[in-house]
Amino acid sequence: MYKILKNEELAPKIKLFEVYAPEMAEKAKPGQFIIVIVDEKGERVPLTIADYDAKKGTISFVFNEVGKSTKQLGLLKKGDSIWNITGPLGNPSEIKHFGRVLCVAGGVMIAPMRLQVKALRYAGNVVVTVVGARIKDLLFYEDEIKALSNEFYVATDDGSKGFKGLDFLKDVLAKEKFDRCVVMGPVVMMKNVSEITKPFGIPTVVTLTPIMVDGMGMCGVCRVTVDRKMMFGCVDGPEFDGHKVDFDGLIKRQRMFLPEERLSSLLWELHGGCRCGGK
Amino acid sequence: MEVAVVAESKSKPKIKKEAVPIPKQKPEERRHNFNEVALGYTEEQALEEANRCLQCPKPQCVTGCPVEIEIPAFIKLLREGKYEEAIAKIKEKNSLPAICGRVCPQEEQCQLKCVVGKVGEPVSIGRLERFLADWERERGFKVPEIAKPTGKKVAVIGAGPAGLTVAADLAKLGHKVVIFEALHLPGGVLVYGIPEFRLPKKIVQAEVDYIQRLGVELKCGFLVGRTYTIPELLKERGFDAVFIGTGAGLPAFMNVPGEDLGGIYSANEFLIRVNLMKSYAFPCYDTPIRIGKHVVVIGGGNVAMDSARSALRLGAEEVCIVYRRSREELPARKEEIENAEQEGIVCKFLAAPTRFIGDEKGWVKQMECICMELGPPDESGRRRPVPVKGSEFVMDTDTVIVAIGRTPNPIIQRTTEGLAVTKWGTIVVDENGKTSLEGVYAGGDIVTGEATVISAMGAGKKAARAIHEYLMKK
Repeated sequence: MYKILKNEELAPKIKLFEVYAPEMAEKAKPGQFIIVIVDEKGERVPLTIADYDAKKGTISFVFNEVGKSTKQLGLLKKGDSIWNITGPLGNPSEIKHFGRVLCVAGGVMIAPMRLQVKALRYAGNVVVTVVGARIKDLLFYEDEIKALSNEFYVATDDGSKGFKGLDFLKDVLAKEKFDRCVVMGPVVMMKNVSEITKPFGIPTVVTLTPIMVDGMGMCGVCRVTVDRKMMFGCVDGPEFDGHKVDFDGLIKRQRMFLPEERLSSLLWELHGGCRCGGK
Repeated sequence: MEVAVVAESKSKPKIKKEAVPIPKQKPEERRHNFNEVALGYTEEQALEEANRCLQCPKPQCVTGCPVEIEIPAFIKLLREGKYEEAIAKIKEKNSLPAICGRVCPQEEQCQLKCVVGKVGEPVSIGRLERFLADWERERGFKVPEIAKPTGKKVAVIGAGPAGLTVAADLAKLGHKVVIFEALHLPGGVLVYGIPEFRLPKKIVQAEVDYIQRLGVELKCGFLVGRTYTIPELLKERGFDAVFIGTGAGLPAFMNVPGEDLGGIYSANEFLIRVNLMKSYAFPCYDTPIRIGKHVVVIGGGNVAMDSARSALRLGAEEVCIVYRRSREELPARKEEIENAEQEGIVCKFLAAPTRFIGDEKGWVKQMECICMELGPPDESGRRRPVPVKGSEFVMDTDTVIVAIGRTPNPIIQRTTEGLAVTKWGTIVVDENGKTSLEGVYAGGDIVTGEATVISAMGAGKKAARAIHEYLMKK
C-alpha cells in the first residue's frame, strides 16, 4: 500500500499525487514510469513519473481523469492509500550536454517535462520550451517551467492562449539551430512535432505511452514499429526516435480497447462507483 | 524389478491394469466456465488407486521425480489412512504439492518410470499427491519445525516455482529470506500463465501463505534491476546471497507482416489479462479482453492449449489451433490435448502463418497460412517442418493468439555486470545453480529456457542446498 501525501488539482480533471515510496524515490530518474493499481480489481495503469524526492522518500505523478481507473484514482484523498505501485520502469532519458534543446510538452505530459527541462538545464543545455493544451484552462506549471527555461512559449489548439497550434515551431526552427528536440504528449502531437523537425534534421525524441499490461517486457501489447522493427514500449523505451516511429500504427493500437474502456467508464459513472455495474 | 512384480502378483490379488479415473466437469459444462476441470479423487478413489502401487523395493518412480519425493513411502502412509504423515512425507521434498499434483507432467516423469505402467496404466502418483495436498489445505497447514536463525539473509528474485521452492527450503534451514516479485501478486507463471480451470489461484495463494508462515518475507511490485540491482542487494542492502528465478517471460513473435494488428495477442498478454488480471470477470475487474468469433491459436504446447481453452470459455464460437508439425509432435500434455478436444477445440496441423490481413480499423480479419510437410528431425529431435511451395491458403479470423514460446527475461542480465549469460540470454550456472558471481545462484526457466514447473522446483531445491552450504562456510 502506498500512502498519498499530496492530492492537488492542477487543471480541471488533471491531478497530481505525491505518494510515499522511498525505494522508488531513491532510484527514479527522468523519463521513467510507474505502474499504478488502484485496488485488488484494478488494471495496471502506466504513468510517467513527474517528480521524486529521495530525501522525503516521495514520488509524484500526474494523471487525467478520463477512464474508469483514473476517475477512481482521482477520488482518493490525501491520507488514502493506493493498492500497488511498481517502479521505476523503463529506460531513463538521456540527459547530457547537447547544446540547444527544444522541449515540447502537451496535456498531462507537461508534468514530467518539468523534470526533463530541469535536468537538461542542469546538464548545461540552453532549453527552449513549449507547453500546449487543447484550451487555456488545461495548462498548468507555466510559471515553473518558464522559470526553468531559457525561452518559453505557450500554444493551444483553439488559440485561447499563446500560439494557435504548433505551426509556429517552423518559424522558431528557421530562426535558430537546435541540437535536439524532446517531445512528450498525445501521440498526434508527437507525430506532428516529429514531422516539423524532420526537414530541419533535428534529432527528435518522443516518449511513447502505448497500451501496457505488465510494463516489464512480458506481454508485448506495447509493441510499436520503429525503423520497421518491432520494439516494446516498456523495456526498449519509453523514448524512441520520433523520425522512425510508425505513429499511424501506434494510433490504431491505442484505440484497440476503446469500446471496453467506454463501457467500463460508463458503468462506473452510472452506478456511482459500484464496481460491478449494478450486478 | 520384474521379479518384484511377479512376487507381488503371486501374494496379492492381481493389480488392476486401469488407473482410477479422476472425476471431471462435463465438457459441455466446463467450456462455459473457468472452474477447475478435474475435481480430484474422493477418499475411496484415492485408496483404490493407492492400492495399485507395488511398493517396489528399488522404486523407479523416485528417479523420475526432479525433487525426489519418496513416492512409495507416501503412498504407503496414504494406504494406511495416515494422511497427515503422508502429506508430511511429500513436504519433506516438495513445498508446493497442490500445485505439482495438478500441473506436473507426471506422465513423463515419475509415472513414466512406474513398473505398473509396464503392464497397464501407471499409478496416478500426481492425483494421489493432489488428494493429500487438498486434504491438508482443507484442514489447515501445519508449520514444520524451523531451524534456529542463522543470521544470514538471502534475496530471492521472482516468486515463481523456482523462487518459492528456494525460499521455503532456506527458511526451514533458519535463514532470513526476502522474495522480490516484480508483479503485484506472487506465483509467477502459476498465476499469470496457468488458467484458473487448471490451477485455481486460491490454491497458489494458499501455498504461498504457507511459505510466508515459514517466515519468508514477500515484496511484490519490486523489479530487481530497476529498483535495486543484484550488486546493490549484496553490497548495500545486507544480503549474503541472491537467487535469480526470473523465468522466461519475454514473448516470441513470428515476425510476419501484420503482426501488430489489433486482435493479435501474444499468449503471454492474453493469459496475463485473463489469469492475473481476471479479465474474464470484466467489467467487475477493470482489465478488458476482446474475444472474437473465430479464434486462432498458433503453437502446440501447453500454453497454446491453455490459450485456446480460455478463448472458448470467454465466448468464442470456434477455436482452432494451428500447428506447423503433426499431431505426433504436439508438445502439450496428452491429458490437456484430450481435455481441449473434448471441449470442442479443433486442430489444424502442418500449417504456419505467413501474414495477417487487417480491416480499415487496423483489426485482424484474415490470416494467410502455408502448408508444411515434415523433413528430417532437427536439433529438438522433432521432425522439421518445411513449407510446401504454392500451398498458401487464407483463413478468416478476428482473434489470433501467438503461443510459439517465450525467452528469458533480460532485465537482470542487462543490469548485473559480470554475470555470465549464453547467447540465448539464459544464465550460465554450474550443477548446483551457482552463477559466475560469488553468492549469486540461479535456477528455473532463466537457466534452462522455457520448461516445466517441477524442473524449476528441482533446480530451486539444488540451489537451496548449495546456498545453505555457501552461507554456513561464509
